[in-house]
Amino acid sequence: MMNAIPSSWYLILSALLFTLGVVGFLIKRSLITVFMSIELMLNAVNLSFVTFAHEWHQVKGQIFVFFVMMVAAAEAAVGLAIIIAIFRARATLNVDQIDLMKL
Amino acid sequence: MHLVLFLIFAAFCLAGAINLLLQTHPINSALSLIVVMSSLAVLYLLLGAEFLAAAQIIVYAGAIMVLFTFVVMLLNVGVEEKTHGSKVAKAVGFPAVVVILGVISTVLLQAEKHLGVVNLSDKITTTQELSRTLFTDLLLPFELTSVLILIAILGAVALARKDGGQ
Repeated sequence: MMNAIPSSWYLILSALLFTLGVVGFLIKRSLITVFMSIELMLNAVNLSFVTFAHEWHQVKGQIFVFFVMMVAAAEAAVGLAIIIAIFRARATLNVDQIDLMKL
Repeated sequence: MHLVLFLIFAAFCLAGAINLLLQTHPINSALSLIVVMSSLAVLYLLLGAEFLAAAQIIVYAGAIMVLFTFVVMLLNVGVEEKTHGSKVAKAVGFPAVVVILGVISTVLLQAEKHLGVVNLSDKITTTQELSRTLFTDLLLPFELTSVLILIAILGAVALARKDGGQ
């Protein structure tokens, strides 16, 4: 049984997840799902950070992922608050109908 | 063992991500995203990042996704409406996505011979090692993120208030 996996497999998985995130960002029509696609992209990038940290034995790569997680948590809190405000103002979450800055 | 674990959880990741795109109800998409994030935690463990695996479960699969499901339920979001979609986004977007994937894969395949391999027996990055760097070299960025999170809390409360934005 093979015990060593090339680092590039992890990176290719990360690239695939990132691409799926971009596709979701483009094709989904619900604001919440679009936001979830952004989280998917952040996760994909985190995976490549951890892979490179492992590759070059750098602790800082993992700490960067930790920072990304903290920023993602802050971003999710503010983003979801904005989604709630939008839903209050327009009673819809369809991105096709949320195309104006003012009511 | 390593290969089997990698293949299983990579498959879970991709299946969850594809399911996120295919589902029409946001709550189903949120649950698929939890599957993706939990499988990524296992992949972090395989890469020897034990602290990040725990943080991934607690912060992402726990806190952030609870926030998402909470908002989906609070707003009582229904099934995604089938609209014409923005045709421009699809017409320009899909070629762009293919180009992005192509560029990343080309770079990776060229760099592949310089990259090493991942073994399960590789050294695990301990939390002690991680925190030593975090609290010495990177103390200032760490403290700044606490300010960022404080501002985010204030912003979220201000935005989500009944008369938010006014």
